[in-house]
Amino acid sequence: MSDVVIKSEELGKSYKISHQHRERYVALRDVITNRVKNAWARIRNPQYYDHDTLEEFWALKNVSFEIRQGDRIGIIGRNGAGKSTLLKILSRITEPTEGRVEITGRVASLLEVGTGFHPELTGRENIFLNGAILGMSRMEIKKKFEEIVAFAEVEQFLDTPVKRYSSGMYMRLAFAVAAHLESEILLVDEVLAVGDAEFQKKCLGKMQDISSLGDRTILFVSHNMTAIQSLCTKAIFLKKGGIQKIDSVESVINEYCSIEFKYQLQNEWPYDGAPGNELIKIKKVAVIPLSNEMAIDITTPLKIQTEFWICKENITLNHVCVVLKNIKGECIFNSVLYCTLTKGLHSAAVIIPGNFLNDDTYTADIYFVKEATPLYIHHDCLVFLVNDIPRIDMVFLGKWIGAVRPQLQWEYMQLEGA
Amino acid sequence: MNAQTKLIIVPGRTEKNYLQDLWRYRELFYALSWRDISARYKQTVMGVLWALIRPFLTMVVFTIVFGKLAKLPAEGNAPYALMVCAAMLPWQFFASSLSESSNSLIANAQLITKTYFPRLIIPTSSIITCFVDFLISFFILILIMIYYSYMPTLNILLLPLFALMGFLAALGIGLYITSLNVKYRDFRYIVPFFVQFGLYISPVGFSSSIIPEKYRLIYSLNPMVCVIDGFRWSIIGQGASIYWPGFFLSIGVTFFFLYLGIKKFRSMEKSFADMI
Repeated sequence: MSDVVIKSEELGKSYKISHQHRERYVALRDVITNRVKNAWARIRNPQYYDHDTLEEFWALKNVSFEIRQGDRIGIIGRNGAGKSTLLKILSRITEPTEGRVEITGRVASLLEVGTGFHPELTGRENIFLNGAILGMSRMEIKKKFEEIVAFAEVEQFLDTPVKRYSSGMYMRLAFAVAAHLESEILLVDEVLAVGDAEFQKKCLGKMQDISSLGDRTILFVSHNMTAIQSLCTKAIFLKKGGIQKIDSVESVINEYCSIEFKYQLQNEWPYDGAPGNELIKIKKVAVIPLSNEMAIDITTPLKIQTEFWICKENITLNHVCVVLKNIKGECIFNSVLYCTLTKGLHSAAVIIPGNFLNDDTYTADIYFVKEATPLYIHHDCLVFLVNDIPRIDMVFLGKWIGAVRPQLQWEYMQLEGA
Repeated sequence: MNAQTKLIIVPGRTEKNYLQDLWRYRELFYALSWRDISARYKQTVMGVLWALIRPFLTMVVFTIVFGKLAKLPAEGNAPYALMVCAAMLPWQFFASSLSESSNSLIANAQLITKTYFPRLIIPTSSIITCFVDFLISFFILILIMIYYSYMPTLNILLLPLFALMGFLAALGIGLYITSLNVKYRDFRYIVPFFVQFGLYISPVGFSSSIIPEKYRLIYSLNPMVCVIDGFRWSIIGQGASIYWPGFFLSIGVTFFFLYLGIKKFRSMEKSFADMI
């Protein structure tokens, strides 16, 4: 159960970027003219040197890890962190510049949905074609044919050219072929990004089926943290071509979010240099999870706290408001403390109960108001992520809609029936 | 898990499993060629006709220009049109193989950047596609033979052998051009010129027997000379002759190009996904 199936040592991949030639590929005509140009320049000036330096760009560098049989690894990282390059090396599409990888077992990779589909051919023909591209034999495809068709739900359209398929059918069919490939190791790159919720649900369900068999190893690149949380047992966080962290899914996602999204959970300033104005100065802002763990998920109650000075004698503060916004800038709520505060150092805190916020990234503004006039607004002083919790029923793994996700009371009774 | 194949990926070495992979993906040769053929013939009836019309019209022109106007000699007592046709078919195959295979990798760029399989399959299967067209175009030859009531001799049994020679010649040169075409993206403008040029220096419109004896060995450096002469010998039978020293030289050149093409292709194959 715990044999190492993928072992990567010091893996690196570099691309050469030419400064002079911005084109992605060389033209013979340019090569010839450059040679002639350089030769001519050298005749006129023997010290001449062609200054076209190639810059090396390391898409991956020093990547070492071991993956055991049955592991389900989520790979996360920002765009350009090297996730896709890693999958491309593991699936032998491109070769590494340095290092080595040992892979035991057959690898199936699904880097794009529908690669190699030909629009003029029918669904049936494309199943065989795509199967062959993925390395399945005709016998193997025949054996799985019924299953593939059933999964893709294209029974009536098998003899229709796929150019007439709806995009949903097209993608289901493409995913179905790849998902039914018998392999020990499955590499999947962001296939869910393209489909609708229904498609995502189906794909993730299928991947869950595959992984529940236990002996298949899955590497899964996604930006959908919920999918990774629910599907994977471990995660790799790639940053600028290197491994930042390999650990349990939760801790990797936390680190990923705190590093890549610059979370601001707490900030404290001395009196001089504190943000504010001549009336109000901020000493401290913090979002504090009221649970034993540092990570915030949707069940965690939170305290948003601020400490501030009122700097002038004759100022009376009537309201302190916390305005919570989601990442799109939409306001979730505005919560107000009614008070009568005068000169001095004060602390105010609001508690957001658990099971209230949705999984999202939130930012908080704090308003200091006197008689409906804000004396000072501390914009975006806190930024924090509320993680999703692993879904239990596994039926739906897409984004939970709604600005908030409160746990509300339900009433239920059966009215009729046996 | 049983004793699995262990795959080791290190820079500069993917050769080890190559033959094994080619064998594993053997059905892909068929699948890709079949995709191109069926997609083409599905789209239009003209697809089928085109494979016939092109060589037929060229043959008519060559017969008139070389046979009637220039009054070049035919081989044996065969009609000039038949002699041209016997050469036109392999030449057409060779020419379209070069242009199809050289564009094949770029046309399948999406496949190359998103899936793994031995890349050799792509240009090879595009040549297989041309080979199917070639077989279809035999229809013309049969019509012409019926028209002239020309009976083939037993020599025709060796025709598949020469067809294979033509296939290997197209494959070798095709692979070489294909690799260059990926690297230098403007190389494809040279290929049609090369093909056009080849049509006139190969003995398509005339018999290679009109080449002066002392130049025939040099002339046979062109591997298509052997293929075309072989075709004429098989189809026309008595009267047509093969210049044996040149024939073996052509075979040598064919295999040399095959070696060179595969070597070049293999050395560049690993970087195709990065270059495309």
